[in-house]
Amino acid sequence: MKILVAFKRVVDPDARVKLKADKSAVDTSSVEYKPNPFCENALEEGLRIAEKEGDSEVVIVTIGSDDVTATIRSGLALGAARAIRVDVEDQDLDSDLAARILAAVFKKEKPDIFLFGKQAVDGDNNQVGQLVAEYLGLGQACFASKVELADGEAVVTREVDGGLETIAVKLPAVITADLRLNKPRYAKLPDIMKAKKKPIDELDLDELGIADKKLKVEVVGLEEPPKRKAGQKVASVDELVSKLKSEARVI
Amino acid sequence: MSKILVVAEQSGGQLKKSTLSAITFARQLGERGVAGGFDIVAIGASTAAIVDGLQGYGAATIYTVDNAALENYLAQPYKAAIVAAAQKSGADFVVGPAGTFGKDVLPRVAAALSAGMVSDCTGLAGSGEILYRRPMFAGNILATVRVTTPKVVVSVRTSEIDAAEKAGGASKVEAIAADLGTTSARFVKYELTESDRPELTEADVVVSGGRGTKSPEKFWELLTPLADSLNAAIGATRAVVDEWKEVPNDMQVGQTGKVVAPRLYIAVGVSGAIQHLAGMKNSKTIVAINTDADAPIFSVADYGLVGDAAKIVPELTQKIKAARA
Repeated sequence: MKILVAFKRVVDPDARVKLKADKSAVDTSSVEYKPNPFCENALEEGLRIAEKEGDSEVVIVTIGSDDVTATIRSGLALGAARAIRVDVEDQDLDSDLAARILAAVFKKEKPDIFLFGKQAVDGDNNQVGQLVAEYLGLGQACFASKVELADGEAVVTREVDGGLETIAVKLPAVITADLRLNKPRYAKLPDIMKAKKKPIDELDLDELGIADKKLKVEVVGLEEPPKRKAGQKVASVDELVSKLKSEARVI
Repeated sequence: MSKILVVAEQSGGQLKKSTLSAITFARQLGERGVAGGFDIVAIGASTAAIVDGLQGYGAATIYTVDNAALENYLAQPYKAAIVAAAQKSGADFVVGPAGTFGKDVLPRVAAALSAGMVSDCTGLAGSGEILYRRPMFAGNILATVRVTTPKVVVSVRTSEIDAAEKAGGASKVEAIAADLGTTSARFVKYELTESDRPELTEADVVVSGGRGTKSPEKFWELLTPLADSLNAAIGATRAVVDEWKEVPNDMQVGQTGKVVAPRLYIAVGVSGAIQHLAGMKNSKTIVAINTDADAPIFSVADYGLVGDAAKIVPELTQKIKAARA
């Protein structure tokens, strides 16, 4: 079985992001990058499926300039066999172009399963897996919290508004990972060393046959929302209830 | 023939209130000069009850796609139904609510229509040219975006856009026999969380618990009576739903869970991680109860009470009951 995993880096989700002084972009001068948390869930699931099925290969694919290599190596250290980097700068991408790139990589690699994180926690778009599925005419199982393979299908439990839904989707399929899918493993030191020797194929848009580079969605302005002001500390439950009743008038 | 198609969200054959925010957004597009009003598409095994719920909001036409294969949601046939309605309607804009349904299906609709898609839109911007506002980076950055394609798909953040009120008048109803295309998936089962409480994204009051509630048993023991006293929905932090299986994931409030903006939000034992604040900081009044006086949740709270939730919450519950009696 061949498993392709989209693996993206994001600005440290636990750090507070700021804009550059001219508000043209997020200030990345002093930020740390980490793999997108949902991509870590996706890779972990790919590795578990490969371990269970045996005779399998996990390949990670990412889009970005040379400086995403550290993120790729961290994925390789976790157990992916090799990686593909498509050389496009972040600012030249939207969800749609990313999806067309990843659909082209799918066609080259022909995996049985294409795993994604349900959303990247920078753009927060939650579109790419679904777009790829549509461009490829594949079934999708998004927001997965459980994946089991049987008889050429993935039986996937999805986290939906109101509870859980289980669907079975024919392979090859797109699956996007939600939070509870698994607990990603940590890399072991020898694996980190080995990862340095694993191959990373580099491709550009021409090699993938993508001529239309026009973005469907362009960012025209960024701002930091007004900060909510901290209110007051109250000393007792009585004071709280009295203020909720007579000041805020919410009870 | 309208230029805007609203995608109705349903659950068990009944209209979901989230649809009404998408209708408001459609009206806002109309105010910005998109002429011709709006249409709605209702999809399911039997859409009669959904259509009833949609009457009176001023849609020109309510398109219905009824098919036994649409009884349970699956991305491909629902996409095909929406695309068929968009073509019938001649819509340039396809608008739906950004719940898990909209998030799942609308990107596929966008790809099928060669449209750019705006996720989690919180409103329109620009003058003349229509621009869209949407949060990024857990709501710490607000972006204004342009869609460069003739067709546009928008998922609407329902906590930011009010539900439409009825405007009177009856909409024409027209059935479409849509070709649902190939479906690579099949429905197996639902395990819906049973609750008599208001839905989290629709509730007027939300009571939410974090790890500071100490254990899943304590979480329910503290929050249930408090929520009962206020007819509130119960929410939870990502850490709680991740670690305590007894707290279902659909209760998660935050960047990657549900975004809520109730009249009153009471955070119990919630530290206030960035990704949690992203899901609740637009609530009208925020109350925080936490042992750590420096917890970030206090930086967004209107009223903060430092102390042990296990002691404070039962007292608060009693006193709220007394105050409301």
